Amino acid sequence: MSGNERFDCIVVGAGPAGTAAALTLARAGVKVVLFERGEFPGAKNVMGGVLYSKTLNKLVPGFWKEAPLERPVIEQNLWMLSSDSVAKVGYRSPRFVPGHAAEGGVPDEGPANAFTVLRAKFDRWFAQKAVDAGALLITETAVEDLLWENGKVVGVQTGRDDGKVYADAVIVTAGLHALNSLIPKMADGRLGIKPEHVALAVKQIIALPKEKIEDRFNLPAGMGATIELVGASTSGLTGISFIYTNADSISIGAGAMLSDYVKSGKHPYDVIEDFKAHPAIKPLIAGGEVKEYLGHLIPEGGYNAVPKLYGDGFMVAGDSAMLVNSVHREGSNLAMESGRLAAETFIKAKERKDYSARSFAAYRDALDKSFVLKDLRKYRGIQHYLDSHPQIFLSYPEMVSEAAFRFLNVDEAPKAEHEKMMVQAVTNRRSMMGLLSDLWAGWRATR
Amino acid sequence: MHSVVLIKQVPDTTEVRMDPKTGTLIRTGVPSIVNPYDVHALEEALALRDKYGGRVTVVTMGPPQAKEALRKCISFGADEAILLTDRAFAGSDTLSTSYILTQAVKKISEQHPVDLVLAGKQAIDGDTAQVGPGVATRLGFEQLTYVVKVEGVDLEKKEITVHRLLEEGREVIKTKLPALLTVVKEANSIRYGSLPHVMRAVRYDPPGWNQAFIGGDLTKMGLKGSPTNVKRIFPPPTRAPGEIIPGGKEDPAAAAALLVDKLTARGAVGGKGAAQ
Repeated sequence: MSGNERFDCIVVGAGPAGTAAALTLARAGVKVVLFERGEFPGAKNVMGGVLYSKTLNKLVPGFWKEAPLERPVIEQNLWMLSSDSVAKVGYRSPRFVPGHAAEGGVPDEGPANAFTVLRAKFDRWFAQKAVDAGALLITETAVEDLLWENGKVVGVQTGRDDGKVYADAVIVTAGLHALNSLIPKMADGRLGIKPEHVALAVKQIIALPKEKIEDRFNLPAGMGATIELVGASTSGLTGISFIYTNADSISIGAGAMLSDYVKSGKHPYDVIEDFKAHPAIKPLIAGGEVKEYLGHLIPEGGYNAVPKLYGDGFMVAGDSAMLVNSVHREGSNLAMESGRLAAETFIKAKERKDYSARSFAAYRDALDKSFVLKDLRKYRGIQHYLDSHPQIFLSYPEMVSEAAFRFLNVDEAPKAEHEKMMVQAVTNRRSMMGLLSDLWAGWRATR
Repeated sequence: MHSVVLIKQVPDTTEVRMDPKTGTLIRTGVPSIVNPYDVHALEEALALRDKYGGRVTVVTMGPPQAKEALRKCISFGADEAILLTDRAFAGSDTLSTSYILTQAVKKISEQHPVDLVLAGKQAIDGDTAQVGPGVATRLGFEQLTYVVKVEGVDLEKKEITVHRLLEEGREVIKTKLPALLTVVKEANSIRYGSLPHVMRAVRYDPPGWNQAFIGGDLTKMGLKGSPTNVKRIFPPPTRAPGEIIPGGKEDPAAAAALLVDKLTARGAVGGKGAAQ
C-alpha cells in the first residue's frame, strides 16, 4: 500500500465524460482526483467537432458566453458524392442560433443548438471548471490498471513511480482504448474491441481566413455550417465524411468502419486525400494550410455493444461505454450526460456508504431513462442494417447522381423521356423490390 | 548537498511567430514551457540528490504566470521552487537578471548553504548564455559551462569533477565547491516524476520573493540596471525557394534533360570531355 492520499472517487480521463463527472462530484463536496494522460485535457482528445449545447448547459449554465467555441451552427447539410458530382440537401434556420440575433439568429436567450469546437481548446476550458470546483487534476499520467481487492475495484495503478491511488470507487471514462485495457478485467469476458464496432476517423484542420470561410459557405458573419457526406467521399468504404467550419479553420475528415479498412487494405491517409481532391470539395479548402492531422477510433457498436456499465467499485461512461450515436453523429453530449449520471449515482451511494454493484445499478437505470440509452436503443438495429446493406453508402449516391443528371440535363428530349431515364438510372442499379426492401429494413432498424 | 537550479520560463518556440511588420515575437496565446536546457540542469541536480542526498531548490525570475514553470519543476521532484517577482525587476537585461538571481542565491544560502548552482547552457528565446556565467562571477563561484556529465562529488574535500562538451572534444575538470554549472542537453535524460511529486506539484504555491525581501541595489535592477539596448529584432532573410522543374511525372526524360541543361549552364556538371 503506497503512502498516497486517499480519495472518495477517482475519475480516469479528462474528456467530456470524465470532466462532467469530476465537476459534478467536486461541486457536491466529493474528494475527487481526475487523471488525464495528455499534457493537458484536450491534448489527445479528438472528435469531428460539433458540440451540442443542451447537455453542457445543464452542467455549466451560460457556457457559451465564456467557453472557447468556434461557430454556432446555423446550417446543416447532407451531401451525396458520386465520383465527379454532388447532390445536396441542407437546412438553415435562425432557430438553431438563438442568442445570436446580430448575426442572423433569433433574439432569444440562447444557446445555439450546436457549436463547432476544437477539442484542444474546449476540453482545457471545461476541465478548468472541474478544477475550480475543487477537483484535483493530474495530467501526463496514464492509468494503466485498476486495483482490485476481493473482487472489488479499490483504486488505480498509474504509470508513475509510487503510482497507486485508492478510493471508494473509480469512474472509467478513458475512451475506447479502455475497452481493451481496463474494462475486460472488470467484466465477464465478453468484451474487447471488435473491428466491426469501431470506426476509424481521420481529420485535418485546415487554416483559412474568416472571410473566406464565410464566403465559401455562404455564412452570416460568425455563423457556422456542417456538411456530412456519403458516397465517393470514403473511397468505397462504408462510412461518412464531414466538413465543419471553425472560426478560422475547417475541420475535414472521413470515418469508415475499421473492419472495412481491414478488408479493403486502404490507407486512411489516401481516403482523406482523395476526398479533399474531389471536384466538389477542392474549392472549399483551396489555399488552406493543413495545421493538424488527427486520427481517432470511434466506438460505433451501438446499443448491442454497450459493455457492463458498473460493478463493485466502478462505473463506466463515455466512449469507454460505447455511448456514441453514430446516426446523429452525437457523442460528446452522451459522454457528458453519462459522466454526470455516474457522478450523481456516486453521490447517492456515498450517503449510504455503499459502493457495491447493487448500489451502482442505479447508474444503469438512470442511463436507461435518459436520452443516452433511449436513443441508442432506437438505433440498435442500424449496425446490422448497414452491414447487410452496403449499397446505402456505395451505390445510392451514384444512383442519385445519375438520376439527377438525367432529369436536369437539357437535351431537347421530351420531359417524359427524362423521367423514364431517371427511373431507369435507379432501377438499373437496384430493382424496385430491392429499393422497397432497403427502405423497409431501414425503417425497421430505426424503430 | 544543496543545489540551486536557475530556470527560465520561455515561449514554446515551436509555436512562436514573428510579427512581419514590427519584427517582434508574437507572444500572446503562445504556450510557455520551462527552458529545455534548464530541465536538464534540474535533472542533473535531482540525480546528484539521489546519489549524495541533500536538497534541490529551483528559482526563477518572472511574472506570476511563471509559477506554472516552477510547479513543473516540483513535479520532477524539486524540494522547493521560488518565484522572484517585483515590478522593480521588470525589463531586466542579462546583467541585471544575473544580479537579481545572485541576490536570491545569497538569500537562499542564509537558510541552507548552497553548494552548487546549475542552469541550462542558454535560454532558447534569447540564446545569450550570459546569465549563468554572470551569476557565477558575482557569487565568486567556480564556473563550469557546457557540462555534459558530472563525474562525481567529493563531499569531504568539497570538490566536483565534470566533463565539459567542447567543439574539439571533452574536457574533464575538477574544481572546488561551491561552483556553478551550465548544462547541455546531452547530459542526461529527463525523469518521469513520481505520482506523489506530481500530486504535490498541482497544489504547490511557489513562495514569491520581492525586491524588499532579497535586498540589493535598486539601481542595478530592472530597466535602470540594464544597459543593454535592443535596437532591432528581425528574422533572418528568407531564402529564395529552389526552382522546381515540372513535368517529371509525365515526361521524366524531358525533365531530366532540362535539369542537366541547367546544371551544365552553371558548371555544376559536365564540362570539357563530358559525354554527349
